[in-house]
Amino acid sequence: MAEKDTVQLSIEDVWLSFHEVKALQGVSLEVKQGEILAVVGPNGAGKSCLLNVVNGFYRAQKGSVTFEGRDITRLSGHRIAALGIGRTFQSLQLYTGLSVLDNLMAGRHLLQKTGMVAAALYFGWSHKEEIEHRKQVEWLIDFLEIEAVRNQTVGSLSYGLRKRVDLGRALALEPRILLLDEPMAGMNRDEKEDIARFILDVHEMRGTTIVVIEHDMGLVMDIADRVTVLDWGQKIAEGSPEEIKTDPEVIKAFLGEE
Amino acid sequence: MSRPAGTKDVDYAQSMAILRTRFEWVMLIAFLIFLAVVPRIFSPETVDIINVMAIWVVGAHGLNLLTGYAGQISIGHAAFIGVGAYSTAVLILQLGLNHWWALLLAPIMTGLVGMVFGLPSLRLKGFYLAMATLAAQFILTTAFLFAMPGIVGGISGLTVPFPEIGGMSFRVPENLYYLLMPTAVLMTFFAKNIARSRLGRAFVAVRDNDLAAEIMGISLFGYKLRAFFVGCLFAGVAGWMRVCYDGCVRPDIYPLMDSIWYLGVIIIGGMGSTMGAIFGAIFVRLLHEMVLVASPALGSFFPPEIAGQLGSGLGLVVFGVVVALFLIFEPRGITHTWEILKGRIRHWPFVFAPG
Ligand SMILES: Nc1ncnc2c1ncn2[C@@H]1O[C@H](COP(=O)(O)OP(=O)(O)O)[C@@H](O)[C@H]1O
Ligand SMILES: [Mg+2]
Repeated sequence: MAEKDTVQLSIEDVWLSFHEVKALQGVSLEVKQGEILAVVGPNGAGKSCLLNVVNGFYRAQKGSVTFEGRDITRLSGHRIAALGIGRTFQSLQLYTGLSVLDNLMAGRHLLQKTGMVAAALYFGWSHKEEIEHRKQVEWLIDFLEIEAVRNQTVGSLSYGLRKRVDLGRALALEPRILLLDEPMAGMNRDEKEDIARFILDVHEMRGTTIVVIEHDMGLVMDIADRVTVLDWGQKIAEGSPEEIKTDPEVIKAFLGEE
Repeated sequence: MSRPAGTKDVDYAQSMAILRTRFEWVMLIAFLIFLAVVPRIFSPETVDIINVMAIWVVGAHGLNLLTGYAGQISIGHAAFIGVGAYSTAVLILQLGLNHWWALLLAPIMTGLVGMVFGLPSLRLKGFYLAMATLAAQFILTTAFLFAMPGIVGGISGLTVPFPEIGGMSFRVPENLYYLLMPTAVLMTFFAKNIARSRLGRAFVAVRDNDLAAEIMGISLFGYKLRAFFVGCLFAGVAGWMRVCYDGCVRPDIYPLMDSIWYLGVIIIGGMGSTMGAIFGAIFVRLLHEMVLVASPALGSFFPPEIAGQLGSGLGLVVFGVVVALFLIFEPRGITHTWEILKGRIRHWPFVFAPG
């Protein structure tokens, strides 16, 4: 694992607005190699937008995003993914017509190399590659405890299971940094703790850097190394969970929400 | 994906295989042997109908990959088949290549033409893309008619010799069958392989959630164009088969109505399923033959001035009704019914299929 203080992802003075809505107003953020960074803030604070800018799904009107020393501000989404940035979505964005297994296999798209001709011929190269990647995916399915539904189409699964598949698809990509947008939203305590355990395990086993958006402050305190707080498109605080808990600005923002 | 009760896969290779039990292998081999002797069993008229089915199966695989898997609707498929046919004719007549070189090159040319007409898909979806591909149908068929008549043949088209191997001509249906059916079987194999591996999954990803696909590293631009290329490559092979069957190319034999029928084929068979394309093509061609038989009989009930048009009119009505019935009662197509049936047979004597 690289040194704890290397900056892996750096967001500099990012501005994003939709007509009159100012979603991000000059947000800067540094994510260090191997850390778990939580992004918290009230609804509509701009948290999802921030991830969308990193992914290249939204284009910032001003500012820049640098990943491992490379400027990715203007790169297209699939190129950014190819650099090793994985992502889950707040509103589920799975391939509804594919089975759980194939959703995860599709997640490994970038790691596979089979081209058109090899795909059509199948036997030989493509077959060998499929088996190789299938092994990795089966490992993930075991890890996420979704063996029972591996062959079901994701359209037919419960919300909680779909959230797991979404996480699985992002993990299948073997990202160097994982951006998780409210992976535990809408879950009960037990389900949340399962997801938290998966995140911590992946972090430990693979050393993946993790940026997680989460509302549950209790959980954030448990898993995050650092916390960043957004409100109205601006960063209002940053620090260790203990510092954030007692920050007057943060308390004001969160109480103002209630 | 159901097998006899109690059957378990022992490794990933087996679990990924298309055919996973000895029974399935026996069935496939029996079916291939049956295909091999079809011309010995059936009359030339029936073999002729089966030849046309083989062409439609290949065409349907193409549209199924493009529309069923990748979700890019095309109402210009017949015209792309025309591009394959015209490419074949020009390669043979104007460049002096033989049929086998044409089989290699014409589909690639068709795929490239398809990619050009697929460019709007990068901006348009659904209804608007449908309109753009409809435009492709008209542009291409107009080009067959007016572009470079010295090379392409204008309104009368081009007459192309039938293929030959060592003095054996593929002119009669019984012989032609041995050219068209193996081609259809091979293309089915290719279509299934594409569908079940990396490329096919990327197509479905683009269909089901294009935004997520891009963020997960699947280039939308690249894979939409690949879908058009592959879909039209199959159309190109079907076009080559048409030339072998028709012995000519003409601007009016790849009409809009066929493009619409092809959409009907994949709806009826079941979108996004290789078996579906086969079922659909067989079903639709049988329907077509029934209309041909039925319309003169029905015609006797109508005054002669109506009876003459009954054939084409009845075809349209039957098409509309059948596609509507499928959309209402079995939107997943014949394949779905087939899967259920298969499950019932295999899990016998259990009533409920496990997993
Ligand atoms: N595509 C969009 N079009 C218009 N407004 C948007 C869009 N996406 C987000 N917004 C607005 O930007 C603000 C921040 O949204 P978001 O980042 O989703 O908040 P959250 O912190 O809850 O994830 C909200 O006011 C939201 O309505
Ligand atoms: Mg959000």
